[in-house]
Formats: sequence, structure tokens, C-alpha cells
Amino acid sequence: MSPSRFKGGVHPPDYKKATGALPVENAPLPARVVIPMAQNIGAPAQPAVKVGDLVKKGQKVGIAQGAVSVPVHASVSGKVIAVGGFPSPMGFDAPAVVIESDGLDEWVDGLAGNEDYMSLNPDVLRTIIKEAGIVGMGGATFPTHIKLSPPKEKKIKYAVLNGAECEPYLTSDSRLMEENPFEIVEGLKVIMNILRVTEGYIGIEDNKLAAIKAVTEEAGKVACELVVETYYERDGLEFDVPKGCRMGVKVVPLEVKYPQGSEKQLIKAVLGLEVPPGHLPMDVGAVVQNVGTAFAIYEAVRYGRPLIERIVTVTGPGIKYPKNLRVRVGTLFEDLVNYCGGLTDKAAKVIMGGPMMGVAQAGLGVPVIKGTSGIVALTGKDAGVLDISPCIRCGRCIGVCPMGLNPSLLGQLIEKGKFEEAKEHGILDCFECGSCSYVCPSNRPMVQFSKWAKRELAKKKVKV
Amino acid sequence: MENPAERPASAEAGQHKFFAGIGPHIRSGESVSRIMWTVSATLFPAAALSVYYFGLPALLVLIVSTASAMLFEAFTQKAMGVKPTVGDGSAFLTGLLLGMNLPSGVPLYLPVIGAAVAVIITKQLFGGLGYNIFNPALIGRAFLVASFPKLMTTWPVPGETLQLSRVDATTAATPLGILKEEGYQKLLTHFTDRYDMYAQMFLGHRGGSLGEVSIIALLFGAAYLIYKGYITWHIPITFLATVAGLTWLFGGDPVLSLLSGGLVLGAFFMATDYVTVPQLKRAQVAFGFGCGAITVLIRLKGGYPEGVCYAILLMNCFTPLLDRAFRPKKFGNTAEAKA
Repeated sequence: MSPSRFKGGVHPPDYKKATGALPVENAPLPARVVIPMAQNIGAPAQPAVKVGDLVKKGQKVGIAQGAVSVPVHASVSGKVIAVGGFPSPMGFDAPAVVIESDGLDEWVDGLAGNEDYMSLNPDVLRTIIKEAGIVGMGGATFPTHIKLSPPKEKKIKYAVLNGAECEPYLTSDSRLMEENPFEIVEGLKVIMNILRVTEGYIGIEDNKLAAIKAVTEEAGKVACELVVETYYERDGLEFDVPKGCRMGVKVVPLEVKYPQGSEKQLIKAVLGLEVPPGHLPMDVGAVVQNVGTAFAIYEAVRYGRPLIERIVTVTGPGIKYPKNLRVRVGTLFEDLVNYCGGLTDKAAKVIMGGPMMGVAQAGLGVPVIKGTSGIVALTGKDAGVLDISPCIRCGRCIGVCPMGLNPSLLGQLIEKGKFEEAKEHGILDCFECGSCSYVCPSNRPMVQFSKWAKRELAKKKVKV
Repeated sequence: MENPAERPASAEAGQHKFFAGIGPHIRSGESVSRIMWTVSATLFPAAALSVYYFGLPALLVLIVSTASAMLFEAFTQKAMGVKPTVGDGSAFLTGLLLGMNLPSGVPLYLPVIGAAVAVIITKQLFGGLGYNIFNPALIGRAFLVASFPKLMTTWPVPGETLQLSRVDATTAATPLGILKEEGYQKLLTHFTDRYDMYAQMFLGHRGGSLGEVSIIALLFGAAYLIYKGYITWHIPITFLATVAGLTWLFGGDPVLSLLSGGLVLGAFFMATDYVTVPQLKRAQVAFGFGCGAITVLIRLKGGYPEGVCYAILLMNCFTPLLDRAFRPKKFGNTAEAKA
């Protein structure tokens, strides 16, 4: 069966050869970590510690504020040396707690694991997930316990794990799937348990053959209350389906295309369903989580560990020795870049995330947060500022927009300040994937236009 | 919140200056100049063949039309205080298309005037590349036809060998001209038989403007553009199919209708101009159909033997309307939201 797909999208070179086969290394314990209070969509946490306090690894240093909020935890043991505003990777100073490591790396007391996690009540599981500070680790950082609490009216039928990792250069999820497939599948089981669904899917782009094989194989070993099927005919991997099984997990190979890892496009490719404009995946009965989030869920539920580390791919032509690193949240970019041999002479852009939707940083003194999937350093013309020309109406952008919009027209409307008309043409459906700018011969700054229009439209709403 | 006691060291490593901002940080590499120069390059075989058939006069017309177009653009942009963009190749392409629409025997002040009308009035005064409503080369040609009707309808006969002088060239009517004035049977007498007529016209051995003559050279260029995705089949094929179909419907020879006049040049190179035609696929099909219908109407019933130029210009007026009428299906409009 040919890999599943969605309409639109672009095919940048994947640039994953440098790190695709490199096993994850533990980054050296940092001397100091900066833990921002806001590492999620929703309300930031409030500091729970003050200067001079001694903290242990996994100890709460930020208290969640309200429902759409999660706590943040110390990622090393040591002493709090500062609490205040620090440079954050989002481009502005943000409140954070700075901890100087004592080198002992000791866990806080009282972290309780559960061997029998599959029998736990969904509300108990949600509380564990919230208390562990888990957010969407694909980059969006939406609080996971909220995503796993859809309103009762929404009938959820499908749980989908996102193993697409469609951004060029990044291989963090790919390595996680190859090295920790058991934990990922267990995390999916927990998610299915919470949502009370029997159909689970794991979508993986089919340039990650080793990952597909590992996840499929691991899932096949799982005890028989779960059924695992894979449709990966190309390698002849098939499994006998034991009779009378209650739940099913299917690994779905996906066409390699950006932005396959976008939630709505993933649902379209895996389930064949289109989420209507203005709606959410739960409106078609699906909940999507990144494979890294599933891993974190397992760690929290099985061992009681809060989210304090993640895999980060440090790569790009601007890095001397690209690596996949297991990194403590709060480690500064400069520590990781130095561990990878430093920047090359021509490095001119350091991006948090991938080169399509990541944010280019003004310096290396910013911390890794829960959603940092990669640090990509680019050189030369990829890094420069491009000349913008008027739209020549060539229509390439229309062909690649995964949401079926007309970026050419939207760009022209927004440029002239016609935000209401842009809204009528669907600007609010744009999720800023950048495919349109990627193919534009005039280098039109479409993502900037999109953000600007949305801000202007939000202002108008508030006024009324 | 406590006062910050210590800030993490900011780490601009010595010689690195970082560009900050949001993505995308990589690009496909497409550019306006690459597109424009590529299209001009695909016209080169047809242009070269026209020089072969019509000699030095043809070469001079093309040089003058392209050079004037570029000069007028640079001049106008400077006068308007805008940075000249002549290097992007769009003025060169306009000049080239204008030149290909002229008979080879015209005095050289005609391409100069035509280029001025095309580039200054039709393109720059409307706002420059991307903002013009009408196809600049076609407005230039239409202006010349209206202003110099005799000169614009004097068609030198293609020579067997490379001609160097305009003076010796004999002139004759184009196949479409003969068709209009004297009818189909009279046209046939100029050739051995019907198939000979088709072959001659396909290869280029007949009177016409520089760009009309060699269908085969034009098709090579167009094939490359379609293969590389610069244009799609929607407009040209619909245009051609409509002309052939309607001509046949009204009792004419559909094959002749495809091979004659500026149809192939117009369908592939001018009705596909990004700026002045619809962007949306279904709108493009409607555009192609409209062009075809008006072309046949003018050819069969209008005063001119050829209708392609005016058909395209009239349809340019409908471009915004067509784009609005055929909006693409947005993602999610097919699914039912589960309550």
C-alpha cells in the first residue's frame, strides 16, 4: 500500500543524513540552568522558590496557575541563584528561575511510580500528567492534560501519535522512535486508556525506515490485550492478529512531505478526515500527541518523573559536529553548541526548532525549553535577509498551501491593510507553515503577513 | 519576583552576527528573474527560426524591440523614483513577445513605439510588474495595428536562404488573410494538397509575424515550460481545443485553425502570463475557453483575419472576476464535524 498523504505541501531536501543514524548522547550536566516559567500555551507558572533555596532534580520550581497551565521543575539539583527576567528563545525577556548545579544530580524525594498504570483511573492519570508538567513536545507546548480532557460531547474515537518529524534537519523524534519504541507505545496505551478509545495510530514518514521497523516490532511484543497491525508491506512485515483482542494500534507510513507533521494534515493522511475550518481535531473524533509527549507520559506515569529533559538535534552547516543530545530543560544553547564543537566560521543564523517554522535567535544565551526539538545553525544565503518583490501572481503558493488558501491574494490584501477581507478569505485557517514563502519567487514574507493580520483582527475583537 | 542577581552570559561568539526572526529560513530557490529569463530562453528556437526565414530584418526588429523595452523600463522607473528592475528579465520578455508579433518588414520605429506603449503605459504606469491588468506586449501590438494598419499587415514571404536586405523581399498575404478574403479553396491552391499545407505551416514556411511562423519551434519551448512547471496545460490546451472545436462546429477546418495565425504563440506564451490571467485552475479553464471563443468569433465574423490578440486582451478584463468566481475548496469543507 502506498504511503498516506494530504494535498499541498512542499519537498525541501531533508538534510537528515548528518544526524539520522547518530545514537542519542547525554549532553554533559550543565553548570547552570535557566528554567522559564512559561514553557506552554496558556498561563505561565509562578515561581515557587526564592534566591538561595536548595533544590533537587524534579522539584517543583514553578506553580501552575489555573487550568490551562502546568508546573515547571528543576532539571538539576543545586541552588537557586536568581529569579527574574532572562532572555528566552521567543525573542523577549521572560520570568525564569536560574539554578546553579551542585554536580550531584539528585532526584527529589517522594516521586512515586506505578507498575500497574494501565488500571489507573483516567482522572488520576490526567493529574499525574499535569503535575509532571507535560506539554506538547512537537513544539506547540499545549498542556497535555487539557488536550486529554475533551468536553464530554465530543466523541473521541482515535488516538494518533505524531512521528512525522517533517522539518528538515531534525532527527530527535526519529532517534527516540528507534531507541525507545517500547516507552512510546506504552505512552500511547496510556493515552488510549485515558480517552477510552480502542483505535490507536502512529504516523511515521517513510524516510524513517528504521524507526518504522522498531516501533512496529516493539508494539508487536506487547501483551495480548492490544492488537498491533502494520501495513508496511514493502518489507513484508506483517503480524498475526490474535483473536478476541480489544484495542488496536496501527503504524501508518506517511509520504515524506512538509508539513506532514501538522496536526490537521496528519489526521487527513492517517484517518482520511478533514478537520473543518475553525475547528479542532476533537471535532472529527481524534486526539494527536507527539511521540516525545507519549514518551514523557510513560516516564511520568510509570516512574513518577516530571518532564525535565528531552532530545534535541544540534545540527546544520553552521555546527562543527552535529549530534542528537539528551538535554536537561534549561540548558543554554551555548553549552550545547560548544559541546558540538562550536559554530563554524560562516554560521549566521541559529534557529530554535526547524528551518521552516523555527525562530532564529539573536544569541546563544537562551535556554532549551520543553518544546525545543532542535538547534539548527545555518550559513550563507540561507541565513541572509532576502529582497522582497511584488507578487507576480504566479500561483505557486496556491498549489502548496496545505489548508487550500490563496496566499497570493491574502498577502496582497494584508499588505494593503484589508484585514477583514483577509479573514473572509481564510487567514485564520493559516497555521504559518511557511510553504508559500518557501516557493515564492518574489520572497514575499507571508508568515509575517499572517501573524500581522491575526494580531490586527484580535485587536478588533477586543475593542468590541 | 526577585531582582535578577545574575544574568546568563550572552554568547555572541566573537565574529558571529546573527540574523534573528521567524521562518521560513530556507527557500526553494525560485526567483522572478529565473522565471522570466527561462521563458525568454524557450522562445529562442522560434526567434532563431524566424531570423532564418526572414533574415536580417527580423533580427533587427527583435534587437530593437527588446532593447527599447529594457531602456524604457529603466528610464520610467528612474523617473518615478523606483529602483530599476530591468535585470529581472520581464521587460526583455515583453520586448521579445512584442517583436515576435510584428512582421519582419516594419520600419524600426514601430517596435520602438510599441515597446514604449507596452512598457511605459501598460506596465509601469499601472504600478510595474505584478500590477498591470493587460498583457503589455499585446497592447503594444494592438496600438501599432490601430496606428499603422498598412505597415502592420504587410507580410514578407519567408526566403529559402538567409536574406540580408529588406528591399528585395516579396510580400504576400498570410494564410488567414487569404482565408478571410478569398476562402478556403483558394487557400488550398497555394499548396500541393491539404497535408502539404499543414506540413508547411507546422514547419514555418509561410507568411506571418515573426512568432507565428514556426509551430514546431514554439511547441518545443512550450513543452519545456510545462515539463518544468512554469505553465500548466489548463489555459493553452483549453484555448486550442476551444478554437478547434468551435471552428469545426461552424464548418471550418479545425487543423488549419490550430496551425494558422498567432494561436500557438498566443495560447502558450501570452495567455499564460502570470500577472494578467487567473491563478485558480478552474478559472484558468474558463479563461482559456473565453479566449478560444472570442478568437473564433473574430476570425469567422469579425473584420480582422486574426483574433488571438484581441481575445486575450478582452479576457484579461475578466481575470479578477474569474478568480473570484472559482475560489478553491478550503481544507475541511468536505468533512462533517462530529458533534
